[in-house]
Amino acid sequence: MTVKNVIMDEQGVARTLTRLAHEILERNRGASNLAIVGIRSRGDSLARRLAELIDRIETTSVPIGVLDISFYRDDLRRRLKLPEVRSTDIPFPIDDRDVILVDDVLFTGRTIRAALDALMDIGRPASVQLAVLVDRGRRELPIQPDFAGRIIPTSPGEVVRVHAKEIDGEDAVLLVEE
Amino acid sequence: MDPEQKELPLSSPHLLGLDGVPARDITRIFETAESFKEVLGRPIKRVPSLQGITVVNLFFESSTRTRISFELAEKRLSADVINFTASDSSLSKGETLKDTARNIEAMKVDMVVMRHSAAGAPHFLARVLHSHVLNAGDGAHEHPTQGLLDMLTLKEKFGTLEGLHIGIVGDIAHSRVALSNIYGLRTMGAKVTVCGPPTMIPRGIEMLGVDVCHRIDDLIPHVDALNVLRIQLEREAGARIPTLREYRTYFGITRARLERARHPVTILHPGPINRDVELSADVADSEHSVILDQVLNGVAIRMAVLYLLTLSPLGA
Repeated sequence: MTVKNVIMDEQGVARTLTRLAHEILERNRGASNLAIVGIRSRGDSLARRLAELIDRIETTSVPIGVLDISFYRDDLRRRLKLPEVRSTDIPFPIDDRDVILVDDVLFTGRTIRAALDALMDIGRPASVQLAVLVDRGRRELPIQPDFAGRIIPTSPGEVVRVHAKEIDGEDAVLLVEE
Repeated sequence: MDPEQKELPLSSPHLLGLDGVPARDITRIFETAESFKEVLGRPIKRVPSLQGITVVNLFFESSTRTRISFELAEKRLSADVINFTASDSSLSKGETLKDTARNIEAMKVDMVVMRHSAAGAPHFLARVLHSHVLNAGDGAHEHPTQGLLDMLTLKEKFGTLEGLHIGIVGDIAHSRVALSNIYGLRTMGAKVTVCGPPTMIPRGIEMLGVDVCHRIDDLIPHVDALNVLRIQLEREAGARIPTLREYRTYFGITRARLERARHPVTILHPGPINRDVELSADVADSEHSVILDQVLNGVAIRMAVLYLLTLSPLGA
């Protein structure tokens, strides 16, 4: 696995998240009905940072939760690698909220499909909007982001890796060849 | 592909007993069960993890709570469930286990949960079937999910199993619950003492790494928890104990007995309880009783085992 290109460095990630926070607030006319839900694990790190930014911009405190989609995957028995199962933790009712679903990379759309099913089993949000740091194309399902940090068309064999400080010790977006 | 990607969730595609199950598997089952407990707290208590998987519950011996717990766990995972009980099965018409197994095989089920009065019956099934087999109790041998749920309940209460001292009280010789607890607790580093009248303690049980005690009052001050086994009312009196009253006098767990310990002793019971025989009513309902936690953990543990077994491929 070789790194072909550094798409974003730490400052790049910070700038992009700031822009996404503003876009989310603009589209939703503030944060009063928002809730932020990150998909484990890197979506969760990004969701926490988006929530901090939104809190700072609006001087408010948006509810934040984390979604584990292991039990909803459609490739459970096809994967060689065992998904690490951890719990969903959404400590507030999502009913009638505008939920911002956050993930690091949008690729086939299957993770988002699973996440939507998982969310619907928890409650009935007013709306679900998808925010991703990178959209790398090559969708297999009709799912599109509402907020995308960067759109990077990839070819087969190329993978976009997002590093988050909380997990990987640095913030970065890398284009790697498998 | 790097080698860690071939890692299997459990070391066997079957769960036949806790004898020989490594600590790593037990820890993984506990972690998965904790996640399922979160699902069980949701308004919609169902996840699609076992969609398309057919599970048959094959109960050759009557059971209400274990069967219901398994059935609930299977339905919470969105599996297709078939129930097959001894009374309405062709077994009562004289069919052998092997023929029953062949018929199940022909129906292409993915997983069999079996309770049988003969020790080793699920092991036989695992050899002849190309399905995952989960032992829900075989004779006086093992009842692994009960052992796991007891251990999870203790782990939640104490934070760890390592170094705990657990007493198992009752008919150890005829208890699959006792045996599964002994194997599992020993693997996880707990100390186990079995206690009961000599007629109910099998000779040589020390070989499993447990201590034996015949006086409950000697044991209580030393244990963190007691797992109190059910006395089979219908078959015991006059057989291995003179009367139920005598058993209660010498081995019944009462508040007065527990108060002699300087610390609170946690009480487990696999159910159904004979109130005021092996366990006095006030102890069963006290704040140190975790009997209802065991019931909830039972569903979560069974979901975890079912889920992890389906991710562990069967051999060719």
